[in-house]
Amino acid sequence: MSLQRPIGSDHQLARLLQIGVVLEEVVEARADKHAQVTAADLDDEVVALFEHAAEESAEHRDRLEALIDELDAETVPFDEIKRLVEAQYEADDDFDGVLYDQLCNEETAYKFYDDLIGAIAASNTEFSIDRNRLVDTLQSIRDEEADGVEEVTRLMEARE
Amino acid sequence: MNTADQYLKAIYLVQEQEDGPASTGDVADLLEVTPASANEMIGKLESQELLDHEKYKGVDLTDEGIRRARLSLQNYCIIQRFLVEVLEVEEFREEAKQLEGVIDETVAERLDTIIDREPQCPDCFNAEEDVCGLLEPELEASD
Repeated sequence: MSLQRPIGSDHQLARLLQIGVVLEEVVEARADKHAQVTAADLDDEVVALFEHAAEESAEHRDRLEALIDELDAETVPFDEIKRLVEAQYEADDDFDGVLYDQLCNEETAYKFYDDLIGAIAASNTEFSIDRNRLVDTLQSIRDEEADGVEEVTRLMEARE
Repeated sequence: MNTADQYLKAIYLVQEQEDGPASTGDVADLLEVTPASANEMIGKLESQELLDHEKYKGVDLTDEGIRRARLSLQNYCIIQRFLVEVLEVEEFREEAKQLEGVIDETVAERLDTIIDREPQCPDCFNAEEDVCGLLEPELEASD
């Protein structure tokens, strides 16, 4: 009855990792944009949060790109995603809006990695990349996203 | 998108094509599953009041079933458009089918922030061609 299709090839795995890269790029570009748009109204703690989010996403992207490279696939250039984010950017520029948006970014990334780890676990495919290293990398990124969710939540609660 | 939502989407598309109730056979064909599997899931969805099933007549989505089916179809359109516009994937129909089980609604919402999607989505979806009716001309123009 289930329609879940297990990850059946390097190609499909690379595609999912590319989506991970894009999500990280969206987080990075939107965090940059939030920091620019609302710079005048933000206190040091929130500015530091956005800077940290952007740096962490860039680092996650590097780790995903290393995996994609091993699968002989190509990554998605950050400049391209940055351009698309800029073109469609419509976030509320009030304070709660940008923090809420950042929370959604972090939660979405967490959910994506969690589902991806589950899909890899359900697959019997022998990928050309070491499975343990793949899963360890994704778990570590997922855990950092979970920390990000907690940090944004803490900041939002402190302002209520 | 979970399995239940993929069934609701398929039933919605068959109903659109038939302009009436969907036969379980057509739903099974669209999802490439056995009629027995389709019947089992349809029974579950009926118990959740997402559809009405009348023997020999077919399946009709309830209002809540239609709402969820349209959301699922919208997510599917986002995945297709994302594959075409951002990743420039030629076999986007096949890949969207493979990905829809792994791409959650919240992830689709984020991908939606970087694609061009018209407000009438998902009404423009062409069920026969399995593609957004507005994406088709864009693809032909770029050939």
